Amino acid sequence: MFQIFDVLIIVAVALNFMALGVSRIRGVINAVALQGVLLGIFPLFIHSELGLRGFALMAVAVILKGRVIPAFLIEAIREADIRHEVQPIVSFITSLLLGALGTALALVFSSTLPLTTEHTSLLLVPASFSTVWTGFLMLTTRRKAIMQVLGFLILENGILLFGLLLLEAMPFLVEAGVLLDLFTGVFVMGIIIHHISREFSSISTDDLSELKE
Amino acid sequence: MTERLVLCAIALAAVSGMPGVALGRKSMAGQWIAAVLAIVGSGLGLAGLVLFWMFDDSQPVVIPWHLPGAEFNVAVDGLSAVFLVPIFVVTMMGQLYGLAYWKQTDYPQNGRKLRFFYGFLTAGMALLVISRNSILFLFGWEIMAVSAFFLVATEDEKPDVREAGWIYLVATHTATLGLIALFGLLHAVSGSYTLAPLAEGSISPAMATSLFALALFGFGLKAGLMPLHVWLPGSHSIAPSHVSATMSGVIIKMGIYGLFRTLSLLPTPPIEWGVVIMTLGAISGVLGMAFAIGQHDLKRLLAYCSIENIGIILLGLGLAVIGRSQGRADLVVLGVSGSLLHVWNHAFFKSLLFLSAGSVIHATHTREIDSMGGLAKAMPWTALAFVVGSVAICGLPPLNGFVSELMIYLGMVDLLEGSSAAFAGGALAAAALALIGTLAVACFVKAYGAVFLGVARSQAARQAHESGLPMLLALGVLSACCFAIALGPLALAPIFDKAVAVWAPDLPEAAPRLVTLAPLNWVTLMGGVLIAALVAARLLLGALLRHNGSTRSVTWGCGYSAATPRVQYTSSSFAQMLVALFSWALRPEVERPKNLPLFPRAARFHSEVGDVVLDEAVLPSFSFTGGLFSRFRVFQQGNIQTYLLYIFIALIALLLWR
Repeated sequence: MFQIFDVLIIVAVALNFMALGVSRIRGVINAVALQGVLLGIFPLFIHSELGLRGFALMAVAVILKGRVIPAFLIEAIREADIRHEVQPIVSFITSLLLGALGTALALVFSSTLPLTTEHTSLLLVPASFSTVWTGFLMLTTRRKAIMQVLGFLILENGILLFGLLLLEAMPFLVEAGVLLDLFTGVFVMGIIIHHISREFSSISTDDLSELKE
Repeated sequence: MTERLVLCAIALAAVSGMPGVALGRKSMAGQWIAAVLAIVGSGLGLAGLVLFWMFDDSQPVVIPWHLPGAEFNVAVDGLSAVFLVPIFVVTMMGQLYGLAYWKQTDYPQNGRKLRFFYGFLTAGMALLVISRNSILFLFGWEIMAVSAFFLVATEDEKPDVREAGWIYLVATHTATLGLIALFGLLHAVSGSYTLAPLAEGSISPAMATSLFALALFGFGLKAGLMPLHVWLPGSHSIAPSHVSATMSGVIIKMGIYGLFRTLSLLPTPPIEWGVVIMTLGAISGVLGMAFAIGQHDLKRLLAYCSIENIGIILLGLGLAVIGRSQGRADLVVLGVSGSLLHVWNHAFFKSLLFLSAGSVIHATHTREIDSMGGLAKAMPWTALAFVVGSVAICGLPPLNGFVSELMIYLGMVDLLEGSSAAFAGGALAAAALALIGTLAVACFVKAYGAVFLGVARSQAARQAHESGLPMLLALGVLSACCFAIALGPLALAPIFDKAVAVWAPDLPEAAPRLVTLAPLNWVTLMGGVLIAALVAARLLLGALLRHNGSTRSVTWGCGYSAATPRVQYTSSSFAQMLVALFSWALRPEVERPKNLPLFPRAARFHSEVGDVVLDEAVLPSFSFTGGLFSRFRVFQQGNIQTYLLYIFIALIALLLWR
């Protein structure tokens, strides 16, 4: 059982690299969506008894992350007439190298953490740090506002991975709250993207620096 | 019962402006509701105070609170009771006056905002005065400070109003910063946020002095102590007049209350504190009045007079501190009573002056003294109220200012009996107080003369008319308060004895009472005789004039009956000599004709007194600091990615830290 789970986690981390390395926005959206679905079904592997509410919540998370949000983003691209290149500030190779460095550091860092014995063996903690790091990279090194939305989603996935450790302790209400937050966040940013593109006829955040005063 | 009534008053005051917000812009109903609620509230509060003084009916109200350290703990004691009186009376009169002065129909865009925050202001001040927990105190303090900001900025569409409001906001929050430090330190030494007296010897002298210095800074800034007064003239002159009256009459007294309360908590003070307070008081008094004389703006003039009166109050407080440090009960009683009575007096006569100044401004639409003149004929009742206020503020009998200044004088005379150092101190302080009184007379002769006597200097002043009934009613009540204190100080003596007992708990039981130390019955007698003589002289003069016949002429015509406004004293020319005498401190900007030719053409003379501390110390240092901080602009890239990077770096730094 745990063997399969570890493989899934590695796939999730690999999706990080895909998100960092792909040059078309559609590709990044697909990677993030796939990662969301993967994370959505993780509770099945960790906890044998989920109950009806657990299943319902899982289903909502999978549908939101795998279907609704990607569809929304693709719609935004079409609506705002965004070109398909990612346009990174640092090159894709550098992004990938930084991502790899972050993952390595995450492995080192999580081995120093005072975790309970049942958690130390899991890859969950380093994977979580690595995903958060990827999210930050995405947020800081990409020019288009839609990439910030995607970076935010990856960041949230990382936090969710960490949260899986605490699934027993964490009430579902919190989980549901996080999902709602995420959905609203994406929704609001979608609207902002739309407005930025209308105002500046592009969604590059460079134009926003005119507003700094 | 007292606490419950006062809490009712607070609640009524706080909600008084709310119905008006829901009502229409042009509707007068909200204004009447606010006034009725506030007046009923203040009435309840005053009734509570009467119960307290007559039956000692105080039951502290303590309600636990979730906030760490905080507790809803309120109680009325002798000291709070004294400070509650001006809060209730002045805000009550302010609401009444506002009915005609700031009509909703005349000011549809800001009238509702004004009344909303005026109610909160009253509530905040009353709350801080009765709170026995420092966090609750800060809540009241901030409610007061922030609502006062919105009141100062009532007409926020004008740039000068925004500027004055901004200066006020910065100053008041600097004061709050000092208070947070003070209460934090107090918590560190006492282990609780309850405002209870510290045991003798429980803190080191250095700690006590730090607490005192913080209190003097925080509360002194609020009280407008010189040189911490920079916010005061601007905000007092720019606010609507009943707000100015409240600020000058009551808000700055909250600083004085804070000083009194803090000193009552600390153990027996060293004599140096008293000397510091008295010195600051003398400086504020003399220079405050000197600045007042140089002003051309009627409300700015009154604002500087507030600084002067804070000086007198501090002279009394300093006297009391010296008395406590030396174990001299007579000095404590005279100092505290004189100081607290002056708090009342100043609240009444200064709000009377501000309200009558407001009536004048309402009638002439200007604050410039040099555009007024001759208003006594058009506005006789307002002029009479201004005379009452002026005589009172100058400390002349038969009005109330005399009584409190007399007590402080008596204390200073008592100080002369001590050592030679005390003799010098007492003599100097008495001289300073005398100088303050003299300057005050000069200042108010100028103000009254230039505003009410002579002939009108502008078209607006010529067309002035007496103000509406609510405004006159407010002036009448405040004048009556001034007379009542002047004629019945004996009745008030027990009130101040109670306050003294709270302020100096270490005073022996057999300490002398105020009645035995000050000849209060003589004050009443002399005042009565003087008033009777004045009334008799007026009647006699009237009869003589009717009998002999008389011609009407203008004041300051000096027998030349065709005088024009140009031969009158202006506010600059009247003050010229005194301004020149004090030019080392006032630094007036004088524009005078130079190198007059043999046959001079038209020339002009003009002098202007700005605020030295604000213009030459505070603003330059602010702009210097501003320049320093502008170097941090490089971090402001306007780039979302960079900002996210900052957050990320901060996160990593926090993770790695320890």
